[in-house]
Amino acid sequence: MVRFSFQHRTAFAAALLVSLPLMAQAAPATPTPPVPPHQKWSFDGPLGRFDQKSLQRGFMVFNQICSTCHGMRSLTYNDLSGIGLSQQAILDLAHAKQVPGPADAAGDPTTRPGLPDDHLRSPFPNEAAAAAMMGGVAPPDQSRLAAIQPYGADWLYAFLTGYHMPPPPGAPVVPGKFYNDWADGHLIGMPPPLMDGGVEFPDGTPDTAVQQARDVTTFLVWASDPHRNDRHRTGLYVFAYLSGLLVLAIAWKRKIWNRGKTRNAQDADDR
Amino acid sequence: MKQPDTRDETSAPAAQLSGVAGWIEHRLPVFATFRKEYVVFQLPRNLNWLWNFGAILVVVLLLMLATGTFLAMNYTPTSAEAFLSVEAIDRQLSGGWLLRAMHMTGANLFLASLYIHLFRGLYYGSYKAPREILWISGLVMLLMVMTTALAGYILPWGQMSYWGADIITKAVGAVPVIGDTLEHILTGSDHLGDIFLHRFFVLHFIMAFLVVGVVGLHVACVHVAKSNNPLGIEPKTPKETLSFYPYYISKDLIGLIVFAMVFCALLFFWPGVLTEPDNYAPADPLHTPANIEPEWYFLPFYGLLQSVPSKFGGLLAAVSSILVLFALPWLDRSPVRSARFRPICRPALIGVVIAFIMLAVAGKHHVMGGWMLVGRLAALYYFGYFLVILPLASRFEKTRPLPTSLAPTKGDA
Repeated sequence: MVRFSFQHRTAFAAALLVSLPLMAQAAPATPTPPVPPHQKWSFDGPLGRFDQKSLQRGFMVFNQICSTCHGMRSLTYNDLSGIGLSQQAILDLAHAKQVPGPADAAGDPTTRPGLPDDHLRSPFPNEAAAAAMMGGVAPPDQSRLAAIQPYGADWLYAFLTGYHMPPPPGAPVVPGKFYNDWADGHLIGMPPPLMDGGVEFPDGTPDTAVQQARDVTTFLVWASDPHRNDRHRTGLYVFAYLSGLLVLAIAWKRKIWNRGKTRNAQDADDR
Repeated sequence: MKQPDTRDETSAPAAQLSGVAGWIEHRLPVFATFRKEYVVFQLPRNLNWLWNFGAILVVVLLLMLATGTFLAMNYTPTSAEAFLSVEAIDRQLSGGWLLRAMHMTGANLFLASLYIHLFRGLYYGSYKAPREILWISGLVMLLMVMTTALAGYILPWGQMSYWGADIITKAVGAVPVIGDTLEHILTGSDHLGDIFLHRFFVLHFIMAFLVVGVVGLHVACVHVAKSNNPLGIEPKTPKETLSFYPYYISKDLIGLIVFAMVFCALLFFWPGVLTEPDNYAPADPLHTPANIEPEWYFLPFYGLLQSVPSKFGGLLAAVSSILVLFALPWLDRSPVRSARFRPICRPALIGVVIAFIMLAVAGKHHVMGGWMLVGRLAALYYFGYFLVILPLASRFEKTRPLPTSLAPTKGDA
């Protein structure tokens, strides 16, 4: 609740309406969460683009670390062609997972190797099982995590690099919880997922935790908005087309309306 | 120099048409009618850019129907599958992301254009005789479009869809006596689930196509009553008019292209301006989001809903804010149409726009603290304008002298 005292109860409605913008600043609706420091991302802004190499490294981090607890059920293996994985790599990736298959002749459940059209297999059969395994809270699905989370990429990066081991002096210590600057109440059940050398990048990029955090953040933003590169590129083409069309339309309109003015002058002469 | 095509509208070239066209024309004069209504059709020569929004709205409506049809082919209206089917449209359906982005941007800009179109009618007095039916058909359409938008926003079944639906159905439930029945008709069961979602899917669909029917009526009205214009006086001589083709077609085209550019800027470069992040989380009946708010185009009504201390009163205020517009032709008895010549109504009407925006801002802040007062004052002013200021102004206002002709004078742009 925001307390706001009004001295000018008898003021005219109009006068009040004029003063409203001042009130807008004085009355924030909800306590705003701390703003994570802004990072430079290649995918930011109206023309931003994902860095394909970073996406692929990010996927390695997701695949080896995040996906042991977090699902990404909206994506299919095929969707990973969007980060530049080859058809063979996608097939191999899918094949390595066992997914539920049709019931066999005896009616018993079976499994089969995954196919590129299958959705990414979640680590737990359902949310209840996930919650039971993970100490009461199911790890959130990461399909749209970067879109839902306020300050998306900046927050994810700040969070992934925001663990303190051991916790700063004076912070409450709860068994099974970890201290993180950006977690709600500074305590979270997820242990620090990234550490230096935790993932080896084949392209020679230094495998520091900070680099991993940058790359996996990029991947998570891509997962939330996989068509961003296409969208920005298509947008430029459409804009170029519309601009050309606008020039033509303006020229046409001027020609016609000038004729209208002449017509009117002539009409006046007739009179 | 005389222009025969602007004088004689009905001498359509029926006789000149031969073959199939002539055969059809003889039985149903489509070509002559098209020529009469869309080629030589006369419009006041002083229409400004605000008159572009009629054409823009028609084009956006067609875009909505086209994209909506293909979205519906890939959408599953069940509480378990709705969210995932929308995700699949966005991710796996080829071009689905573009289809859905066009539909979402279209919905936002449709409502935006509709508000501008409505404001133009208010400002230039386009609701006055002989355009009352034109005005009312437009308002009916506004209500239908709002229903369609509301139903459409529920379909993706994200958190905002679910909790927005929760607020709406409970607000309807607050109607005395029949509230419970109404709420049950909407929800279809004791919770917001499959039946509710399926009903709103069908509602969204039906409403969208019914809107097309009312557009037909609306356009027919404008072709009978003719367009109003910024001066609000009727053209008397052919000199004061211009034909739809090529004059206003060329002007509408520019308006449409500029509008398309705004549309594309939002769609391709700044989609975050229009999307609500919370709606990318699937609906969860057990977890209420911290901040439930409707789309921006419903915020003024949300502000009204919350500014009134009683639930039913709020609903009544929100609905009345549109219903009062239906009575406008009879509340405003002044013979002068355009606000340009009305020294009281002009600033007072700008005040209505400010009040409407303030209601939206108050709604966004859940009318908490100081915003409660703002919301109430704005609501008071909104209704005060239509029910008190306007009827009184029609009697006591000293209007400025009207020009006698629409023909351009020196210095007139």
